[in-house]
Amino acid sequence: MSEATFGNPEIVEEELDILLIGGGMACCGAGYEIMRWAEAVKAETGTELRIKLVDKAAMDRSGAVAQGLSAINTYIGSEQDPADYARMVSNDLMGITRDDLAYDLGRNVDDSVHLFEEWGLPIWKTDADGVRHDGADSIKEGLPLLKDGGKPVRSGKWQIMINGESYKWIVAEAAKKALGLDRVQERVFIVKLVNDKNDPSRIAGAVGFSVRENKIYVYKAKAVLLAAGGCVNLFRPRSVGEGQGRAWYPVWNAGSTYAMAAEAGAEMTMMENRFVPARFKDGYGPVGAWFLLFKAKAVNAYGEDYMTKNKEMLNDYPPYGQAAVPASCLRNHLMLKEMKDGHGPIYMDTVTAMAKLKETLSPKEVKHLEAEAWEDFLDMCIGQCGIWVGENIEPEKKMSELMPTEPYLLGSHSGCCGIWVSGPTDVGAPTAADAEEEGVPAHLPRGWNWGYRSMTTVKGLFTAGDGVGASGHKFSSGSHTEGRLASKAMVKYALDNKDWKVELDTPAAQLAEEIYKPVRNFLEHKDYSTAIDVNPNYIVPKMLQMRLQKIMDEYVAGCSTYYNTNDKMLAVAEEKLEMLKEDAQKMRAKDLHELLRAWENYHRILTAEAHMKHIQFREESRYPGFYYRTDKNFVDEKNWHCFVNSIYDKTTHKWTCFKRKHVDLVDKSKLFKAAAH
Amino acid sequence: MPTFVRTEKCDGCKGQDKTACMYICPHDLMKLDKDGSETGHAMKAFNQEPEQCWECYSCVKICPQNAIEARHYADVVPLGGSVQPLRGSDSIMWTIKFRNGNMKRFKFPIRTTSEGSIDPYGGKPMPKMADLTVPGVYTKEVMGGYRAGKPEELIRK
Repeated sequence: MSEATFGNPEIVEEELDILLIGGGMACCGAGYEIMRWAEAVKAETGTELRIKLVDKAAMDRSGAVAQGLSAINTYIGSEQDPADYARMVSNDLMGITRDDLAYDLGRNVDDSVHLFEEWGLPIWKTDADGVRHDGADSIKEGLPLLKDGGKPVRSGKWQIMINGESYKWIVAEAAKKALGLDRVQERVFIVKLVNDKNDPSRIAGAVGFSVRENKIYVYKAKAVLLAAGGCVNLFRPRSVGEGQGRAWYPVWNAGSTYAMAAEAGAEMTMMENRFVPARFKDGYGPVGAWFLLFKAKAVNAYGEDYMTKNKEMLNDYPPYGQAAVPASCLRNHLMLKEMKDGHGPIYMDTVTAMAKLKETLSPKEVKHLEAEAWEDFLDMCIGQCGIWVGENIEPEKKMSELMPTEPYLLGSHSGCCGIWVSGPTDVGAPTAADAEEEGVPAHLPRGWNWGYRSMTTVKGLFTAGDGVGASGHKFSSGSHTEGRLASKAMVKYALDNKDWKVELDTPAAQLAEEIYKPVRNFLEHKDYSTAIDVNPNYIVPKMLQMRLQKIMDEYVAGCSTYYNTNDKMLAVAEEKLEMLKEDAQKMRAKDLHELLRAWENYHRILTAEAHMKHIQFREESRYPGFYYRTDKNFVDEKNWHCFVNSIYDKTTHKWTCFKRKHVDLVDKSKLFKAAAH
Repeated sequence: MPTFVRTEKCDGCKGQDKTACMYICPHDLMKLDKDGSETGHAMKAFNQEPEQCWECYSCVKICPQNAIEARHYADVVPLGGSVQPLRGSDSIMWTIKFRNGNMKRFKFPIRTTSEGSIDPYGGKPMPKMADLTVPGVYTKEVMGGYRAGKPEELIRK
């Protein structure tokens, strides 16, 4: 056979039991946990499960933690209850989350954090005198590990500080060692899931391509973990030149998780939700440590603390505005009021905060404090330091602007869009027997658990991290934990289905042609015009992305309309997105790198469409400060205190949205009693 | 703030098929220009899509020649500053230069164990298949991280 070329790629087929898609925190957690269970299976039955992890990048630096982090945002500690955590998650996301998922994560997440420390992640500690030590110093000082009762440095109720430049590198090392390098395939981008020929409600595998060689990979698998992050750059970003890469969440999160799951028929949930973080302007540096550790205040241009000045506005959204810590979106809501009233720029008052801290500290401690402030950025958002050095900003001398960003879709941070999954069975969640589910399509499961933890409504398809919807606030540690919980259930699923003969519903050669369509479009038409990028027969992925961003920004509540939309604007967006989706069939790829971009943008379009359809279906404004439907500009607890879920039909290209009843598994009133004092 | 490669320092990772920066970039931005047809500099790497750069510095930190730096993004940031790391096995050193010439240096720990030393299952229990249906992870009993929670908090149970 002649050697594979760009126009004639080699098709590589592999049969597995379990396929892990992604290489971020969730899949690293899965890879770590799964191999131990696989060993147990081998020891007890002699069966060797065939397992592979496929990452579009390199695991050492892939996913949202690639750059590093300065804090672990979910650590429960021995002093708090998983129920407290589930309550916090619920209130921050305006009441509509799955307590079963949050609670289960809360009771297990510290296990992963303790492993990270054992593997070598430096975690800050507080000594008996209340003095804080960085993660290396605390070991030299003989302070105990978290596992042995060491006291972390809390930058908030749930957050602990770390020296996290190599956080991902460390977590990936453990995962790679557990899996063994033969079970890891890097630089292969999975773009499509494949259902089973004999049971369309079951997963049969996935297909993708190498971004390094002319090879298409067709994997058959009984169980698939889809954990490929959230969605970035579906809205026009505030910076549109070189700076557009400086997204708050990683620019390589292309909605692949949501788009592939939807096409496979998985039930999606809360796709109307989004996150609009208020961050340091342009660099999108983290604000958490400034608010929580350094006690800085955000003020308008005239020095007024808008959270105090506008606090009455929180009463418009009972009960969520009345908790001790109001929901993230409502904090934006108060900030946006100042911006719209012309009282910008908004600033983080770093000068006052540093001066106050200096009053009680020695010069050595002040120097340490300054280093801590810089490390906060250098560990996880070096770009913000780039802004500071270019603009001569030293935080103790000059304040920095804050700004709400363009919207992001994710399920692991302060957001809850994603896939509807089966939860734990031992926390009191509604079951098939007692769930009220009028209006839910008949083929979908009843209740909140249907056999396997973290399985979607497609048999054998699992998810974790940004993929799991209706939860949120899992962050790095929680995503790792979700990967672990899912992988255990996947082993069980693979064993229970060991006699099932997996058959792809589409032949490998046809799948390969679908994947390579942008290449075909290019090769067929490239000589029609003399300018490679201007050709009526194809569209360049970059332009397709800009068209998507323009539609989403202008009609679906992007920053150019101050996050406002209405039923009429959504109807316009709907029509434009349909044409965009049609034109996606004409994407071109002039090389493998552009083929990567073409498929990323296809995933973005489907994710964006889901977002638009859900906002259209939910006739209220559930997240004021993240988006407003100006025709329904209120929170309607009577009619919309419920999940909005959907399914996508990949043959008709149509979405169906429907409600699922929300149920509390922990008492939420406790949140609001505290606020009354 | 895209990264860029210093022509005089990059050695194309000595003619290997792929460079360290190509290996590591999470967004597939770094490319080796083998014949110089794309940049005029044969056997040197370059950032092929600067407006997609997240400024994560993965390439800067891994480059064995320290040939990669960042020029803060031109549509936003005034010229003249620089933020440059030197990443070692247990710590990272940062040299920060402001536009006005002020300098700062910081050193932070990055890991407390030596690279490659992780023994993922050392000292950990071997689970039993029967426990596959029991909630929780396999290290639940040994890592001290399981938070059982007060039963009365679960109001539907």
